Amino acid sequence: MACFKTTPQEGVPREEVAAAVAAESSTGTWTTVWTDLLTDLDYYKGRAYAIEDVPGDDTCFYAFIAYPIDLFEEGSVVNVLTSLVGNVFGFKALRALRLEDVRFPLAFVKTCGGPPAGIQVERDRFNKYGRALLGCTLKPKLGLSAKNYGRACYECLRGGLDLTKDDENINSQPFMRWRDRFGYVMDAIEKAEVETGEKKGHYLNVTAPTVEEMYKRAEYAKELGAPIIMHDYLTGGFTANTSIANWCRDNGILLHIHRAMHAVIDRNPHHGIHFRVLAKCLRLSGGDHLHSGTVVGKLEGDREPTLGWIDCMRDSFIKEDRTRGIFFDQDFGSMPGVFPVASGGIHVWHMPALVNIFGDDACLQFGGGTLGHPWGNASGAAANRVALEACVEARNAGRELEKEGKEILTAAAKHSPELEAAMETWKEIKFEFDTVDKIDAVHK
Amino acid sequence: MQDYKSSLSNTDSRKFETFSYLPTFSDEQLRKQVQYIVNKGWNPSIEHTEPENASDTYWYMWKLPLFGESDVDVIIKELEACRAAHPNNHVRLLGLDNFAQCAGTSMVVYRAKT
Repeated sequence: MACFKTTPQEGVPREEVAAAVAAESSTGTWTTVWTDLLTDLDYYKGRAYAIEDVPGDDTCFYAFIAYPIDLFEEGSVVNVLTSLVGNVFGFKALRALRLEDVRFPLAFVKTCGGPPAGIQVERDRFNKYGRALLGCTLKPKLGLSAKNYGRACYECLRGGLDLTKDDENINSQPFMRWRDRFGYVMDAIEKAEVETGEKKGHYLNVTAPTVEEMYKRAEYAKELGAPIIMHDYLTGGFTANTSIANWCRDNGILLHIHRAMHAVIDRNPHHGIHFRVLAKCLRLSGGDHLHSGTVVGKLEGDREPTLGWIDCMRDSFIKEDRTRGIFFDQDFGSMPGVFPVASGGIHVWHMPALVNIFGDDACLQFGGGTLGHPWGNASGAAANRVALEACVEARNAGRELEKEGKEILTAAAKHSPELEAAMETWKEIKFEFDTVDKIDAVHK
Repeated sequence: MQDYKSSLSNTDSRKFETFSYLPTFSDEQLRKQVQYIVNKGWNPSIEHTEPENASDTYWYMWKLPLFGESDVDVIIKELEACRAAHPNNHVRLLGLDNFAQCAGTSMVVYRAKT
């Protein structure tokens, strides 16, 4: 079942438009053809079964459409998307169309591979319990040599981060070829592990121009003993993503997923695909981490809808909840959960809110918020680690993080000069622009 | 600017995951963390190891997990008993979540001298 926010051309009745969307996204074409009569079209037709007003917006309405499961190949989110967000989005009777939510029946979910490992297995592999994972995207995003890049990685990991990340733009450019990067990064991980006694990782980006090249890079990462690799699922495509997820499952390697291009698809409130659909599709296609937005950082994302799609990544069963933008109950059965990754413009002052919003099953990534520390990456990493642990300790002890955040961090900084310096550095930075894509109930 | 003090030769650089970047808990702080595990409905479990083996996956289990134990005093007594029997070892407390089939939390509560 799917919910489309539908903006018709003027003068076209709602029922007619909804029926046309149902037909165009399932069996129909623009006219009747004789071959229709060779099959049982009544069985294969998509059906518009409900129409609802969009709160606060009279230009559009919600069309709810149900599709028979046999329209879709088993285990193929590619096939589902080709129908649901295919030709119908260019339909002339529509001014705009947005796929708001999809309910995947459990029978379909069971045909998909899902996350290569999932949250629990990743925790066991990394030996990290009772707190969020801490990460950092290495910067500058482009231009470092492989050896300098490995240095940035090592400094972060020895300071107390669990994971570092290739920026999504890093593939294999003239300034740093992938093979050189993989080698230096693994040196950094190995030394930091011995030094701190903790398990460490770095998302080695294997996103590549061809699938063959992607596998080649993944194989080399495995050969070096890398615990986790990375793929950009929208620019790389769902077919490539499902394949690399299957490869990861077969080879015991975790998979971090970046979402470059998502805002092109999901930011316009009237047209495109909502991120909660892209998130569900990724969980089915396969990935152990997925960027989710931070609510509090530099990138778009309201709190309630963000909580909604975070639930879609992590929970086994998600109940319909319009206040979070969830249009359907969704049952993922025994499919493992995906770690939401909060990344983009966050620093130690955001920590109390992040721990409160995301809980423990998340990866908090401080890029500038680690590397921008005046004493360097290791000190920046230690500051974030101390701040995280202080917030978790306070939460466990029953304190209200978002009210008492300042006292909690200030007390923790007494034992950590690194945290004190970080708090001083970022005390003035705020990101207070209004979000463009809000939940529909609050538009007016 | 300060130097970040950490090295292979200094055993104080070895950490042991959650809460190892905070100072050792006071008795009152520890109590609250034990209470948290109880409130979550997790099964408390005690493990210990020599500091040089702290990065191993498996530590030595102290007896069996305290299944269903919700009395904070009982749990703390067991932690103390484990420490008394193994004064040179790290002692950690886990909250085992049998629904997630994964530890809900794990924290070193007594740190051996390194």
